[in-house]
Amino acid sequence: MRTDKDNLKTVLVTDCGSTTTKALLFQKTSEGWRKTCRGEAPTTVEEPVADVTVGALNAFTEIQEVSKRTLLSGDEVKAPFQITTADNASHGIDLYLSTSSAGGGLQMMVTGIVPQMTTESAERAALGAGAIVLEALSADDKRDDHEQIERIRHLKPDIVLITGGVDGGSVSHVEEMAELILAASPRPRFGNTLQLPIIFAGNKDAAEEVSRILADIAQVSVVENIRPTLEVENLGPAREEIHEFFLTHVMSHSPGYDKLLSWTPVPVMPTPAAVGDMVSGYAKRQKKQVLCADIGGATTDVFSVFKNEEGKDVFNRTVSANLGMSYSVANVLLEAGADRIKRWLPYEIEESEVRDRLRNKMIRPTSIPQTKEDLWLEQAVCREALRLSLEHHRSLAVGLSGTQKQKGISDIFSQRTNRYQLVDMMKLDLVIGSGGVLSHAPERMQAALMMLDGFELTGVTEITVDSIFMMPHLGVFSSIHPEAAEEIFVHDCLIHIAHAIAPVFPSGISNGKEILEIRAEGKKIGVVVAGEVMTIPLKEGVEVELELVPLHKKVDIGAGIGSTLLKRITPGLHGLILDGRNRPLQDTSFSVENQQHVYQSLGVS
Amino acid sequence: MSRVLVPGLKILPRTEIRKRRELPLEGSVVVEVGQNVTSDQVVAEANVPGELFILRLPERMGIESFEVIEGMKVKEGDEVQKGDLLCEHSGLFGLLHTRFQAPESGTIEFIARKTGHVGLRLPAKPITVQAYMAGVIEEVDAGKGCVIVNKGTFIQGIFGVGRECTGHLHVLPVENNHEVQPSDIPDDVRGALLAGGARYTLEALRVAEERGAKGIITGSIDDSVLAGYLGYELGIALTGDEDVAMTLIITEGFGFLALSDHIRTLLDAHNGKEASINGATQVRAGAIRPEIIITSTEGLEHLSDTSDEEQGLRVGGEVRIIRVPYFGKRATITELPHEEEQIDTGAHTRVLRAKLSCTEEIVTVPRANVELF
Repeated sequence: MRTDKDNLKTVLVTDCGSTTTKALLFQKTSEGWRKTCRGEAPTTVEEPVADVTVGALNAFTEIQEVSKRTLLSGDEVKAPFQITTADNASHGIDLYLSTSSAGGGLQMMVTGIVPQMTTESAERAALGAGAIVLEALSADDKRDDHEQIERIRHLKPDIVLITGGVDGGSVSHVEEMAELILAASPRPRFGNTLQLPIIFAGNKDAAEEVSRILADIAQVSVVENIRPTLEVENLGPAREEIHEFFLTHVMSHSPGYDKLLSWTPVPVMPTPAAVGDMVSGYAKRQKKQVLCADIGGATTDVFSVFKNEEGKDVFNRTVSANLGMSYSVANVLLEAGADRIKRWLPYEIEESEVRDRLRNKMIRPTSIPQTKEDLWLEQAVCREALRLSLEHHRSLAVGLSGTQKQKGISDIFSQRTNRYQLVDMMKLDLVIGSGGVLSHAPERMQAALMMLDGFELTGVTEITVDSIFMMPHLGVFSSIHPEAAEEIFVHDCLIHIAHAIAPVFPSGISNGKEILEIRAEGKKIGVVVAGEVMTIPLKEGVEVELELVPLHKKVDIGAGIGSTLLKRITPGLHGLILDGRNRPLQDTSFSVENQQHVYQSLGVS
Repeated sequence: MSRVLVPGLKILPRTEIRKRRELPLEGSVVVEVGQNVTSDQVVAEANVPGELFILRLPERMGIESFEVIEGMKVKEGDEVQKGDLLCEHSGLFGLLHTRFQAPESGTIEFIARKTGHVGLRLPAKPITVQAYMAGVIEEVDAGKGCVIVNKGTFIQGIFGVGRECTGHLHVLPVENNHEVQPSDIPDDVRGALLAGGARYTLEALRVAEERGAKGIITGSIDDSVLAGYLGYELGIALTGDEDVAMTLIITEGFGFLALSDHIRTLLDAHNGKEASINGATQVRAGAIRPEIIITSTEGLEHLSDTSDEEQGLRVGGEVRIIRVPYFGKRATITELPHEEEQIDTGAHTRVLRAKLSCTEEIVTVPRANVELF
């Protein structure tokens, strides 16, 4: 197979998910790189098949049938693909790649000393590497030792990441955490005969003793300290080691993966890590600040790239493990409360009815809404899941101030660092929605409204959805050919719905007052009215320069309070959404009539 | 009269049932292949390692860790009794004398040289695994578990809470669409698995528990009643470990839904017999649904044997609709269009047409929203 990007013309990529294996064919056409075909089949990691390649081959066969291109060689064990040659360009592929989240993905436990310092850094490293963090333990945990030990033993993580202590700092607390892990002796999920993989990324002075303590129960790998000083976070080495262990310990012991790994010259990536690479690479190349949410049945992943105080792009990923649209839908109900879900509905419904309907969705997760009222209820749940998962993301996506800042004596005693939130919605350029409820909403405007409401977008933000959850495939492809991956991302993956224009203004400005004027190429095309939501159609795909002029000295649209913002945009399907509802959205401003008005104003029927 | 729910749910009047019984850790299997077992018979046993206490001796004794190491009176692997001297230290020319005694009996698992911490492992606790279902031992996996086989009725519910238990079936003389009240619970239901009705009030559940019932099998449950019974709200459908006196299995869903006639017929046929039930539910890949097992086919001789293979949709087949606007209604499939159709939400999806049994109206329903019945 070829991995030199100049010679690639046909690339087959799979994402082996928990339930479905999705295969995509990417090809260099006369118009550039495009997704040309798609096939899918149920994932086969569980009994009775217990071999991931069976599902993958079924997906390949579907692509072969639809595309009329012969891809398979018949040798399913060693080399299942025909390789394209100069005299046989209409057959075969140049390269096969894959991502995987089958079998529950990569599950990790992390430990640190202080929750908002090393433990949090450990969490960020694990999440950024595509893991689900089962537990984040800190040395100051309030539970008794035996309770913590019981918890660790119960978890069965794939990998444990131990951090703690700046270099030259505390040794004893880190060693105590190692003792706890020794006492618990957790077994890895796969490969019962294997030792548990443990990565130590803490105080270098503790590395030797931690390795000694854990030598009998684990394979310990020591990497650079994740937090060498209070102000510096060094996630790279820990993330790379997590990927290495993922391949050598987790993937290779999952059913059939030894065969799958032999089919591709490029390491199989955890699905969320591939999505993260796609998002961060796109943000970097386009110089945009990006937020991406993938809302699934059980979990919601949030990815973001925001600039830190030094102007550098910082990538973050979080997983809200129990916020989802089917298996976890009742947990959204539990965390948000029925009233918060009901507030988005344009019709009256009893709370008990909401609760029973969502419980029934939980126990029959594959059922779909048949009536508009039922659809709107699911979309209301989605708004709350997005809101809660963004809250979670904000708490972990933090920047650390540089060493040039003086720290007070109280900061030293409290071990407080200059943490600041990276997520700044006013500076967000692009939001990407993914997952069935967003990607398959019957009307694109419904998806836009869910993200506008759930994230409470402010300023000027482009709203898009991922058409068929192609980002994992593009993420792993971007590791070989970033330009081609981005071309497909823009042309075939992203559906550009609209640009939201949502100014922020003082609560003293009453509803009905005009607060922002919109000009396009110098001509007035509309105004944002306080309390109102409306759309302005623009020609799709034709770049235009917008001039956004506050009509009140205290209105902010992103250029500073009272200042005019100039912004070049390429409009999507629905042009502009002007949102005059002030932020944060207040519970008191909701009523069935208001929601009916919002739906009608945006043409959501 | 073979009826199978898709996707996944099974109602099998006469079938071969196999249960794998496994120890959570290596131990010994105490039955042999071919042996008959009763549901309450122990089939395997093991010792679970006791809790590990980390004794932070430097902090507890007010001395340095190296002084702890110097003063240790025991070594790794030693068994100690509660009150035994573990460490002794004399300081300030013997004027300050500190001692540390074992707070519990156990084994010294480790003595950390740098921190001075001592790991004390408490004695192992024996655990046993019962057969849960009467039958014959078909297979033994030495040290791990066994497989029991028997013939009988196997019914999956849609949702449950509580652990596995056995008892005698007691079908209440109430209609399938009746809401069970405290007055419907007989005085003597000790050890019984109560079956019947559309749902229970919270008071009825409490009365059943007070009178000693071990389980409830009913059509549905109100979300607030479940929260009231458990004492908290469930977030995700992952159950089976709830600390409740009665295992609860619902067969239809949340809200108010009558127990299905088919399940009621089977329960009536087995009234008074021993049944094994388990509320464990996991609605994810590799789904687990709650189960009702009756290892008897007596009274069901007129039914043919059934396998648990899933059946597909077919014209003439009976379905239950599992989503509004026809939630809970039964219907007979009249047409299975091949092409996707647009439904009221605006989505395009594959549908079927079916005649509602209550009104004979023919309705269009997404295929994803029916279960074969």
